[in-house]
Amino acid sequence: MNGGGLLEREIAFLDALRVAGIQVSLAEVLDATRALGAIDLMEREQLRQAFSACVLKRPAHRTTFNTLFDLWFPPALGDSVAAEFAEEPQLDEDGDPMPADPSVLRELLKQLLLEGDEEKLRKFARQVVSDLGRSDSAPGRQSWFSYKVLRSLSPETLMASLLENLLAGQEKGGLAERVARQTINERIRQFQEMVESEVRRRLAEDRGVEQVSKNAVQPLAEQVDFLRASRDDMAELRRQVFPLARRLATRLTARRRLGRSGRLDFRRTVRASLGTGGVPIVTHHRPHKPHKPELVVLCDVSGSVAGFAHFTLMLAYALREQFTKVRAFAFIDTCDEVTRFFTPGGDVADALARMSAEAQLVWFDGHSDYGHSIETFAERYPDAVGPRTSLLVLGDARNNYRATALPTLRALVQKSRHAYWLNPEPSAYWGSGDSATAQYADVIEMVEVRNAVQLEDFVQRLLPA
Amino acid sequence: MLQPQFASVADVKERLHGAGYLTDDAIATTVFLADRLGKPLLIEGPAGVGKTELAKSVAAATNAELIRLQCYEGLDEARALYEWNYKKQLLRIQASKDDDSWDEIHDDVFAEEFLLSRPLLTAIRRTEPTVLLIDETDKADVEVEGLLLEVLSDFQITIPELGTIKAARRPLVFLTSNATRELSEALKRRCLYLHLDYPDAEREKAIVLSRVPEVAEQLAEQLVRTVRALRSLELKKSPSISESIDWARTLVALGLDTLDEQAVKDTLGVVLKHASDHERAATQLKLN
Ligand SMILES: Nc1ncnc2c1ncn2[C@@H]1O[C@H](COP(=O)(O)OP(=O)(O)OP(=O)(O)O)[C@@H](O)[C@H]1O
Ligand SMILES: [Mg+2]
Repeated sequence: MNGGGLLEREIAFLDALRVAGIQVSLAEVLDATRALGAIDLMEREQLRQAFSACVLKRPAHRTTFNTLFDLWFPPALGDSVAAEFAEEPQLDEDGDPMPADPSVLRELLKQLLLEGDEEKLRKFARQVVSDLGRSDSAPGRQSWFSYKVLRSLSPETLMASLLENLLAGQEKGGLAERVARQTINERIRQFQEMVESEVRRRLAEDRGVEQVSKNAVQPLAEQVDFLRASRDDMAELRRQVFPLARRLATRLTARRRLGRSGRLDFRRTVRASLGTGGVPIVTHHRPHKPHKPELVVLCDVSGSVAGFAHFTLMLAYALREQFTKVRAFAFIDTCDEVTRFFTPGGDVADALARMSAEAQLVWFDGHSDYGHSIETFAERYPDAVGPRTSLLVLGDARNNYRATALPTLRALVQKSRHAYWLNPEPSAYWGSGDSATAQYADVIEMVEVRNAVQLEDFVQRLLPA
Repeated sequence: MLQPQFASVADVKERLHGAGYLTDDAIATTVFLADRLGKPLLIEGPAGVGKTELAKSVAAATNAELIRLQCYEGLDEARALYEWNYKKQLLRIQASKDDDSWDEIHDDVFAEEFLLSRPLLTAIRRTEPTVLLIDETDKADVEVEGLLLEVLSDFQITIPELGTIKAARRPLVFLTSNATRELSEALKRRCLYLHLDYPDAEREKAIVLSRVPEVAEQLAEQLVRTVRALRSLELKKSPSISESIDWARTLVALGLDTLDEQAVKDTLGVVLKHASDHERAATQLKLN
């Protein structure tokens, strides 16, 4: 890499990060450029880390970052490394070039997974992609596939015999097995990732990096639709929920300056006392601390919004630390207070499980009934919403063509300080079928919040600062 | 003004190792860059992975003085930056003779001797090598971030009565956070960033062996693998490096040389602090 070439690569790489949804500011670009000037460019891990230190500031973005880094700064070119791998004496039994016989390669893979040497495993991944991953789709036009490699080696089916080896006679079923499984799983996953990364590298050589990097990255967790989130996505979202809650709280916090009731401001008091011969006659006080508002969350937990409900309840739970008073209510066709399940320091998963088991959420048939739920809420908890309350309704407004209880909701909105309805359904579908969105939007501001990014936008733009 | 302490990434590794801290490429490169570029380093990660220890070890490795600002809810300018010693000021004013003019007294009482320097100011004014550790930044209120932003952008502090004090020599700044809340984007932009997570098995084993040299390598290996299995259980508080170290010490003290189920059952309390975690682990690992 020469100087000019490197700078171009850098810019292109940072662009690719932006395209993938990772914000990179100008100041950070400048930092990265300075950092590259300070490190040893021949050390690829230093290079990766220099970029990461300057531009990667959210752990949730690491996978995307690494995928793109490996594409833009590949560890090898072409087949070159396969030859290097063949020099490993213990892996080359006859002194011949490695045969592409899957059963021999499988045995080799088993050995490497047992050993757990990352460098060897990486070289092996390179070798097998070159041997097994290629397919000639047309004369002179080759393509690369990780499934071909992973299918013919099927590393997950090595588990039993690897376990046998690792356990070495220890009892099955207990702690030792759990630990061994964990170790093997980690290594297999590592190998799969190595193969996938290697395939992307070969593809990029044939088709250009830009093309491959566009398809290579998964949407970031915060861009995944709540209604379609997988378990892994949910786990990632769970990690993001606390920061979001905090920002939400900061926005909702009313800053009121309350005259002289704050802490004594010594500096100003002393300064003022100069005019009175050093006697502090006039005292000055710091502004009062912003007072924390109260929050009421009214959350649809019916099947149609399960993923969203999960997320929003986690959010409500996280918010408990930020507000003086948070009350959470869940509903399906009737409404119950669920605040008690979300104790500080408690386990969110447990809370959700207990909530579904113990809360009274179904009254009639277990299909969403917003009207009845809203009426029940207003009736049973008449003082939940007051002039200091921010009210958030969370749900898709899919009401099974039932009554809406509009006047009751309108009254609640008028009583509250702010009120918003967050809807996880794409706004294009609002009003279609049994959606009562149009009616509700008349009495309360309704916002599309399909993913964490939109939730953040809502927090930043729509809520009064 | 910038006086780098480390010659290369390898130099960071070596000297931190000398101070008892085992690094990897990520840690060593980031520390090297923070030193080279003169930028504050924000270290985020779960509890007990060695965030605080890293700053301390860098101080030890560079013979720098460690100045620590411990953050907590309610921390304010007066505790972080400086404060006027108002009691002393009042005494001085009351002791003044009638013919002293107010101007004179004013100049007098807002002078150096009435100033109480707090960690940020102290670190900026030092002329010797300094490591400034702003620990557990996420515990402080949001307003403190604004303050840090100001100080860490220009490495200068303005005291209205005394003027602007500029760093004679930039301290190496480490901010740590458990990410209990997200720090502001502005602060993150100002810093280099290192996400410190649980180390890989190899490095954790090396850390355990270096901190508890009495433990046999075989046992350390077993211990680290078991801790990793525990971390995969989604516990309320996952065991950290500190717990691995404590566990190794306990096993040594008990004279145990292998970590079988009985040994785990007897000593799990060292590793898992919450009763509910204890229960969950026992059920899932079938320790009955
Ligand atoms: N890389 C390392 N080399 C040697 N020891 C380490 C290393 N990392 C962590 N340790 C050990 O782990 C202990 C815990 O580290 P430390 O207190 O710095 O954690 P922390 O990340 O600051 O945690 P907290 O968030 O709770 O403040 C240290 O006392 C140290 O003994
Ligand atoms: Mg610490």
